[in-house]
Amino acid sequence: MVQVMFFSLIRERLDTDKLSLSLPMPGMTLLAFTEHLIDTHDAHWREVLTSANIIKSVNQRVVDNDCCLSDGDEIAFFPPVTGG
Amino acid sequence: MNLDNVSVSVQQQDFDVSAELRRLRDQSAQVGAVASFVGVVRDINDSQTVSVLELEHYPGMTEQSIADIIIMAGERWQLVGARVIHRVGKLLPTDQIVLVAVTSRHRGDAFAACEFIMDYLKTRAPFWKKEQTEEGARWLDARSADQAAVDRWEQSD
Repeated sequence: MVQVMFFSLIRERLDTDKLSLSLPMPGMTLLAFTEHLIDTHDAHWREVLTSANIIKSVNQRVVDNDCCLSDGDEIAFFPPVTGG
Repeated sequence: MNLDNVSVSVQQQDFDVSAELRRLRDQSAQVGAVASFVGVVRDINDSQTVSVLELEHYPGMTEQSIADIIIMAGERWQLVGARVIHRVGKLLPTDQIVLVAVTSRHRGDAFAACEFIMDYLKTRAPFWKKEQTEEGARWLDARSADQAAVDRWEQSD
């Protein structure tokens, strides 16, 4: 299983804060996993999860789309940060 | 920098700057300088009156990313200790949002490291601000000036 988390505007637009699902293929890239998430939802998810400035993290580190995933990973999607 | 002298908190409650600075000073007799920055909620942003500011964060990642930034600062300047507190939840205009405080033997290191930590916090730590205004709620967009502040540090490496 992997945990998927959504924050801020992404969470609001998807009306989802957390998902737990089995990894379709161990070692798959984050890009392929994002496509899987989109395929199992709808066009709105495609629009939100492919927005230009979206940031992705795996195990609480910001990563690129070619990051390879393993069972047990924590994956998150969020917009650019605005703290401070 | 001794990592025992580094502390990061993400919390809803307010903080007492004076008490925090005293604790930092008391960590070591090496401390000759304390530099601090406090961020405060403004009543007007982008020409709109802000009634409430809500701060969301990514628990766990937030604390670790701030600690990583402090460690980067410690590799760049001679620091004794550092304290960062960032509030989350609902805040009102004039409320304190964030404290960055740094100690060093001499002022130059503390001044620079304090600004460096704040600049990186704004672009790296996973916090998001949502403002309640007269025209409704809006998530703030990242500002290019904040990224430019970080770029400046990277160019001066």
